[in-house]
Amino acid sequence: MKVVLEHLTKIFPSRNKKEKNAEVVAVNDFNLEIPDGKLIGLLGPSGCGKSTTLYMISGLQPPTSGKIYFGEDDVTELAAENRGIGLVFQNYALYPHMTVQQNILFPLQNLKGENRLSKEEMLARANEAAKLVQIDEYMNRKPSELSGGQQQRVAIARALVKMPRVLLLDEPLSNLDARLRLQTREEIRRIQRDTGITTIFVTHDQEEAMSISDYIVVMKLGVIMQTGKPQWVYDDPANLFVAKFLGTPPINVFRGRIEGEKLYIGEEAVFETKGAEDQEVYVGIRPEGFVLDERGGLTCSVSGIDVMGRDVSVVSTNENSLNPVIRSIVSADEAGKVSAVGDVKFRLKENKVFIFNKETEARVYFGAQVAAHEAMLSAMKAEGEFYAFHEGPLPREADDASKQTQPEEKKGFTVSVKNFFGKIGAAFRKQPETPAENATAEDTPAESAENAAESADDATQTESEDKE
Amino acid sequence: MKEQEKDFVEETPAAVEGTPLTEAEQAEQDLREKRRKRNAIKARLRNLKGWVYLLPALVLLAAFTLWPIINTLRIAFLNGYNGLAEVGGATFAFGFQNFVNVVNFPDFLVCLRNTLLLTVITVPISTMLALLIAVALNSIKWLKKVYQTIFFLPYVTNAIAIGMVFNAMFGEVLINGTPLSIGIINSILGVFGIEPINWINVGSSTFNNMVVLIIYIVWNALPFKILVLLGGLQNVDKQYYDAAKVDGASRWRVFWRVTVPLLSPMITYVVITGFIGGFKEYTSVVGIFGDSMGAPAAPGSMNTMVGLIYDCIAKNNGGLAAAAALILFLIILVATIINLYVSKKKTHY
Repeated sequence: MKVVLEHLTKIFPSRNKKEKNAEVVAVNDFNLEIPDGKLIGLLGPSGCGKSTTLYMISGLQPPTSGKIYFGEDDVTELAAENRGIGLVFQNYALYPHMTVQQNILFPLQNLKGENRLSKEEMLARANEAAKLVQIDEYMNRKPSELSGGQQQRVAIARALVKMPRVLLLDEPLSNLDARLRLQTREEIRRIQRDTGITTIFVTHDQEEAMSISDYIVVMKLGVIMQTGKPQWVYDDPANLFVAKFLGTPPINVFRGRIEGEKLYIGEEAVFETKGAEDQEVYVGIRPEGFVLDERGGLTCSVSGIDVMGRDVSVVSTNENSLNPVIRSIVSADEAGKVSAVGDVKFRLKENKVFIFNKETEARVYFGAQVAAHEAMLSAMKAEGEFYAFHEGPLPREADDASKQTQPEEKKGFTVSVKNFFGKIGAAFRKQPETPAENATAEDTPAESAENAAESADDATQTESEDKE
Repeated sequence: MKEQEKDFVEETPAAVEGTPLTEAEQAEQDLREKRRKRNAIKARLRNLKGWVYLLPALVLLAAFTLWPIINTLRIAFLNGYNGLAEVGGATFAFGFQNFVNVVNFPDFLVCLRNTLLLTVITVPISTMLALLIAVALNSIKWLKKVYQTIFFLPYVTNAIAIGMVFNAMFGEVLINGTPLSIGIINSILGVFGIEPINWINVGSSTFNNMVVLIIYIVWNALPFKILVLLGGLQNVDKQYYDAAKVDGASRWRVFWRVTVPLLSPMITYVVITGFIGGFKEYTSVVGIFGDSMGAPAAPGSMNTMVGLIYDCIAKNNGGLAAAAALILFLIILVATIINLYVSKKKTHY
């Protein structure tokens, strides 16, 4: 079942009645078409509205505006129980007093009228679902007698047993330990493939999303940053946020500039950037994009060498780096050449270096990347057009929040001040009075910054509360 | 410290084998013996300290809880016991005469019937009502606190005062023996075309008396139960309800399959304490009917087991009172055991 989200917006009203404008935009004009039968990962830092999006698809939370379609049906006004969705909660929400079998049977027993199955059919369906998630030998146990992974599978079986049109999973792996997490994510992948049900899951763990999703949707502050196959998004991030969010160890970001089609980090010219205009930029370099080379353009001072299994990473610093340390993964043989102290020179792999405009944080394509990007776009179109990225200015926490929190009563204050000045200055001024909003901007910037921070806090709080 | 303890636990191999000890071994053993004694004294002192701390509570408990219990047991089995006579130096024979007398007491069966009826009827009614009200309170937001306060009022109001108000509501208001009004309940019933009912006045039936008493007890028992159940409800994870909603469960099914089982520990608690409280019902009868324990002209018709015990004490017949108290204790014990047995099967912890 195809799922289409059209201009989906969710605004949480402010809890404090005095601050009328302190509402939180959890999901902001969200447009997405999720293809049938795929596994989609909604990915973003906490507070980015991904769970809210999931709950809006489930019907447990009504959207403030926008439409949700399952296939051709508009389900926006439909109650959760009539949408035909299966939802797996973060804490599974298995009924503790029922056995595994009773838990799985519960949704079937709720069916009414002609949809109601006979007892034998119900049991058969429950068994089928239990077999699918390999939990059939524990049918008579209570949830408390199962491990976390088994509980998780019971929850999935309960969601699957009514044959949902869409399966939704809220942070499905966050309550499992590391080993079980690996195992369970493969399991989820397998179950999704076996059933072919369109599945949407939410996670803040990029590795999790990258490893099992057919497509990922990277979100920030309720806005889609980029969508696409995990590898595409990793190889071709649309903006600095996406580049920073994907990949472990994280991408190394440097301050730099483009001058005369050359990329400078500090005073060093790193390489040529054909076709890029002169501008201040951020340079993102994936850890695997560094090559040790005496003639390389980037000089860093080594502070240590980390050996993590088969990877060796050189830890170094550079005054233009935004990260406290630079991590570069090199082959073990090469790492031997690096002395533990002193400078090291790197050559950079051009396809692992992403340049972003300093103002907009949007990607600046150069040289071979332009063609590579074009090729990828056409490949994506051929595969089903599931690709989008945010265009225009990116949402920023501070900007967003201050816009939300221009307090109502303050406006009153400025208006009265304006009237005061207006009366005094009326004689001197000839042009019409500027609207009150302009005055607000001048008015105590420190305070509005404080408000901004507060409402940002608020946003995360609301999000976490929703999960609870 | 630990090492020392180890020392005296360990037995010296020489002593076990029974071979003669060398001087050094003897000295070592003496030292061990000394140490052991010192440790034992220390441990005893430590113990003593604990007892000293407990003493005030123990004395009070012994004087006002333990001794009365033992004394009741003793008195119950002394034929024809009389407190005053005992002080005078009389002795009583051991036997079951008191129990025989209590059972043959003319009021005994009435008291037993009233007590059992009141308990068996009011506990289920008040528990169910409390559950419904708690669920309702839990799902409203507006005026929640106000309603909570209203439902909680009986808990903090004097039982005798409530009884008198009930008396005024159900009974005729008499001035100098002439009825002035038929009471507010009958007035309200009159609006619906129901003839005034003689609830508690002269000539009222036992059934009518019982109805009034049951209404009183149920209403009076609600606040505590609502409080406990509401507390339980607030601890239920909201996600269960979300899950049930997604699964398409009707409200009714959610209530019976999710809310009630998750609340079952609280319900068990409320039912057991309700039964115990019901068997001890007394003040409600006094409140409504006064110390005649029944409608005028039918004194004692609404008496309960506890009322019977008080009557015996009033007549300075301690032996009978003790025997009646023991019988009541046995009834409560049996009821509680049955309750626990049933709830073990039905309660999910």
